[in-house]
Amino acid sequence: MRVFTRYCYLALSLLLWSAQVHATLNIEIFGGGSKKIPVAIVPFSQEERLPQSITAIVSADLERTGLFKMVGTFGQTPHEPGDIVYADWQSRGASAIVIGSTHLLPDGRVDVRFRLMDVAKTSQITGFTGVVPSDQLRVAAHRIADIIYEALTGDMGVFSTRIAFVAKTGNKFALQIADSDGYNAHSIIEYSEPIISPAWSPDGSKIAYVSFENKKPVIYVQTLATRERKAVANFKGSNSAPAWSPNGDKLAVVLTLHGGSQIFLINADGSGLQRLAQSPGIDTEPNFSPDGRSIIFTSDRGGSPQIYRMAISGGNAGVAERLTFEGSYNVSPRFSPDGKSFTYIHRNGDRFNIALQGLANRQVQLLTDSKFDESPSFAPNGKMILYATEISGRGILSVVSSDGQTKQRLSSQTGDIREPSWGPLLKSQRNNHFIN
Amino acid sequence: MKKLLTVLIICLLSACASQNKQSAEVDDRAMAGGGSGSQDGAGAGGFGLSPLRDPNNILSQRSVYYDYDSYTIKSEYRELVLAHARYLRDNGDAKVLLQGNTDDRGSREYNLALGQKRANSVKNAMLLSGARDQQIEAVSLGEEKPRATGHGESAWAENRRTDILYQGEY
Repeated sequence: MRVFTRYCYLALSLLLWSAQVHATLNIEIFGGGSKKIPVAIVPFSQEERLPQSITAIVSADLERTGLFKMVGTFGQTPHEPGDIVYADWQSRGASAIVIGSTHLLPDGRVDVRFRLMDVAKTSQITGFTGVVPSDQLRVAAHRIADIIYEALTGDMGVFSTRIAFVAKTGNKFALQIADSDGYNAHSIIEYSEPIISPAWSPDGSKIAYVSFENKKPVIYVQTLATRERKAVANFKGSNSAPAWSPNGDKLAVVLTLHGGSQIFLINADGSGLQRLAQSPGIDTEPNFSPDGRSIIFTSDRGGSPQIYRMAISGGNAGVAERLTFEGSYNVSPRFSPDGKSFTYIHRNGDRFNIALQGLANRQVQLLTDSKFDESPSFAPNGKMILYATEISGRGILSVVSSDGQTKQRLSSQTGDIREPSWGPLLKSQRNNHFIN
Repeated sequence: MKKLLTVLIICLLSACASQNKQSAEVDDRAMAGGGSGSQDGAGAGGFGLSPLRDPNNILSQRSVYYDYDSYTIKSEYRELVLAHARYLRDNGDAKVLLQGNTDDRGSREYNLALGQKRANSVKNAMLLSGARDQQIEAVSLGEEKPRATGHGESAWAENRRTDILYQGEY
């Protein structure tokens, strides 16, 4: 409930944010291709008095994408456009500079002003002022990072989205939701039995997951706002691997009603059971294409676990086409948001790594080289992949850019972390960016 | 030798743990179950001890272990599975939950499916030996409930198994 109120409040406060100064978005991309955009982020005035530095969060967000190069400020701290000596920033190689100020108001809220300036044109690209409750500073920082990201890359910012994951502490398993950088984590449910495979509904209001509280895997759907939950697949045998259809009406699930693990379709309320595919072996880990017309999934029908694609409607419905051919273990496929590629886990010798494969050209790219990578999940803009990995026996979350260039661990969580899932970009988040 | 000892200790510990869990609430039911068992005489150990709990009875053995990436029941476990199948055949009210398990390498969901194959292999063997479908539920815990923790062959081997649990034991 707290989360829900928080986000409602956020949406409201965003609407109320005044004086969104937004210059034309004719800045194309600073340095295309693999070249990084050099940005200087000057700490906002009086930030040191706040419980939380805004610019530190903005910098970390932008750096995690691998698309930006942070330019040092060398002790120069302009807070207003008039303070900027553009020639200095130009000589340091900065294409854009972020300046701003914060003022702690008597009621405890914070007045935040921010501007993104074009160094070459010596003009403002975008900016805003807003009043934020002091416990919403992280949220405000992620909005600022989104605005900068969108202005400089022309792509959607995803820093204001949320992620879900499972944290194991001692014998306790908690399904948690956090900001996209791993901070602000809180449990939506806790058990003494394992929880796996959390999956966000497309509208971000519900999470489906598998719980072992009944001594066997059962699929639940939980509404985040009310914490109300319902067992939607509790058939004889095992129930697992829930995947939402893009419109949120249905779930693909894996059941063992007839022996082996097979993929079925149910309505989101658990009704209307329908078998989707039939194979003599294991079929599991279904994931819908963004257009909802097909699924990709893991199957060992060919002797080893590989990834297959199958149309679920039309003339070719039920006919599976094998997609992976390199190696003897390719699992956990997830479509990219544009449907043109998919990420998965590829076993490479004794290592399990994140791979990316184009659907048209079939080219495989290994994005990581660590030992135990699991559960890849695309950011809603397709530019980053969140995954679980291990450092000295402890599970942690990491993010890799889709070009494999930048990897960064999300280091805020404690305990043994696994099963990450990147939440959707909500419409409210998307529309509120450039209010004039 | 050390490995064997570890396995033994773990077995003992888990036996203790499950017994502790049951002793408080489940004794009545266990007695009732034992009563019906001795009535038809099937596999009854006598002396009031349920054959399922009698350490001298093969029915007290509840775990089937597998080789890596395999779900074939090894010959050394055939007798055990057969004994449970006969018990189910002779005790029509008895029900079991078969929980398949895997080591922790690779995808959790794929391991869940592998564990299901292991549980199914025991279920199918039991069905062939006279147990009925309604008596058996085969499920998987995948890599989620490891009996041994850590990476390494001894832990992995311990976790590649199917456990046989009778009603009242889970």
